[in-house]
Amino acid sequence: MISLKPDDRKSEKADREAENDGSRRAFLKGAAAVMAIAPGMTLYAYGTKDAVAKPLDEAATRKNRWGLLIDAAKFTDADVDRCVAACQKENGWKNTGHPLTDAQWIRRVNITNKKTGEHFSLPMMCQHCAEPPCADVCPTGASFRRDDGIVLVDKHICIGCRYCMMACPYKARSFVHEHLEDQKSYAPRGIGTVESCTMCVHRVDEGRQPACVEAAPQGAMVFGDLNDRSGKLAQLVERVATQQVRADLNLDPGVRYRNI
Amino acid sequence: MAETYKQLREYNNIFNVLLVLHVIVIAIGLGAAFYMEHHGHIVTGMNNQIVWGLPHVFAVFLIVSASGALNLASASSVFSKLAYKRFARLSAILAISLLIGGLAVLLLDLGRPDRLIIAMTHYNFKSIFAWNIILYTGFITIVGVYLWTMMDKTVTRYNKIAGWGAFIWRLILTTGTGSIFGFLVAREAYDAAIMAPLFIASSFVYGMAFTVWVLITMCQATGKRLLTRDVSNKIRELIIIFIAAMLYFTAVHHLTNLYAAEHTGVERFILWSGSVFTWLFWGGHVLIGSVIPMLILMQPNFGSSRAGLIFASVLMLLGGMAHIYVIIIGGQSYPLALFPGMEVTSTFQDGQFAHYMPSLPELLLGIAGISIAMFMTGFALKLLPFLPSPVADGK
Repeated sequence: MISLKPDDRKSEKADREAENDGSRRAFLKGAAAVMAIAPGMTLYAYGTKDAVAKPLDEAATRKNRWGLLIDAAKFTDADVDRCVAACQKENGWKNTGHPLTDAQWIRRVNITNKKTGEHFSLPMMCQHCAEPPCADVCPTGASFRRDDGIVLVDKHICIGCRYCMMACPYKARSFVHEHLEDQKSYAPRGIGTVESCTMCVHRVDEGRQPACVEAAPQGAMVFGDLNDRSGKLAQLVERVATQQVRADLNLDPGVRYRNI
Repeated sequence: MAETYKQLREYNNIFNVLLVLHVIVIAIGLGAAFYMEHHGHIVTGMNNQIVWGLPHVFAVFLIVSASGALNLASASSVFSKLAYKRFARLSAILAISLLIGGLAVLLLDLGRPDRLIIAMTHYNFKSIFAWNIILYTGFITIVGVYLWTMMDKTVTRYNKIAGWGAFIWRLILTTGTGSIFGFLVAREAYDAAIMAPLFIASSFVYGMAFTVWVLITMCQATGKRLLTRDVSNKIRELIIIFIAAMLYFTAVHHLTNLYAAEHTGVERFILWSGSVFTWLFWGGHVLIGSVIPMLILMQPNFGSSRAGLIFASVLMLLGGMAHIYVIIIGGQSYPLALFPGMEVTSTFQDGQFAHYMPSLPELLLGIAGISIAMFMTGFALKLLPFLPSPVADGK
């Protein structure tokens, strides 16, 4: 159960209004767009979706900065677990009974304020930093940031040195300790290499949302383009109070949080 | 004029036994590496919290020692201390061997050691790790050239330049190795520029310990005296200064951390919590690796005797391993502060002290790194005149 202080609730109400305002605007914009083209066609940008399918032969560009806004106040422990399960199903990683060595692309982090006893939980994954320390320290360049902000590992040139795991402030990376079976063709994994949340890049490139976002409660996770000022995510980030985890490190993460 | 250097031709069975032992240890270590490569790191004690384990402790220890093993050569070429000139070649070949031993362990502990060619051809120049790969290969090359200028009379005039080059390069190399940790901003145990000078001071100590170890082993193996009393005395004094410098940087590192509130947690964990790291720090690094060797070496007679020097060196090497273990494993064991001031838990061991129990294959691989270095040095001594000529009794 999430308990909030009165001030937090007030600000949450204001945030929700801002969010609804943004949703209405997006709806009207989307509706106008649908009316402007032939009947029967659907725009990926319709409604709350900011992702637009990009042809596979077209490179990602700096025009986009994909990101997430996670509202901790809208998550119960079970909700977070559903996001974790969705990611596992989508990307093919699972618990093998070795909790210390099993990969975890996304996890539930339980947070308790030591002074007040206030408790909440949230999903934690790669924060897709604009200045990713993992990519900075990677000797071969296997860890890299795509132009659209998604931080990935090139499994073909990862030598498994694990320096990126030492450098990541969010403990978002896992090392594949064992041989793997039943992999997904769009989410290749390999023994001896490092991996982490890809923001479901295969889905994003098709104009779809990450699996965790789909599994999250309504409005608890918003995916979109931080660079698109008319998009829902950018508007929310502009209007409501959001936080970055370890903002002191100045890494400019693409994943933002509310109510933490 | 008597020749200064000798190729190893006359030796007793100690040398042969040691060589065979090292070959066996290397073979076992390679077997362990193959076992880990075949099954994956699941058969090691490492996990997603302690990502660098015992092999890294051995590897970093050997690499840091390699830089310090060049001490006697640098003292002779750069600082014109002619008393050490006789040891310059041995010093240089030992430095190269230690580095190769360390790199072998580092390579074989990679998740994908088969991708060595990728590590050699894909460089991210923003990565201090990538720079270290260049620094390591550069070190082997420069010290190789330096050795050449020591051994080929036609290029002797370049000896001073090569000596300076090797000296500067080794300082940069150890700075780079220290910076691997110093640049980790999110890890509270590291994230300090002082890691670089601390590693340099430590390299002086461990490198000297290896040098003394090899010299005295060769005294035993040849049945000859390779060190004069005067040189033993100088080495004794040098090591005391190096240990003092290492302790100074260790003290400054921890005291400055204690001053900053954000670092007091990790300092309490390392220095005071009673964990294995507390024991290894105070008992291993400070007492066994620094204070006791210093006390031994401060005795002018015993400290400069063969027994005193070898005893102090063994303690310094053991203490050095403890020191690097505390830095590498202890630093990872302390949890990352995701939400400072909050209590954090998860299925990924957030907020918990990570436990690590090294596995046998890791230990065997690490020890094999030392054996690679020792075997290479021993083999090189047989191959070319690297060994100082024996000194007459009474000197």
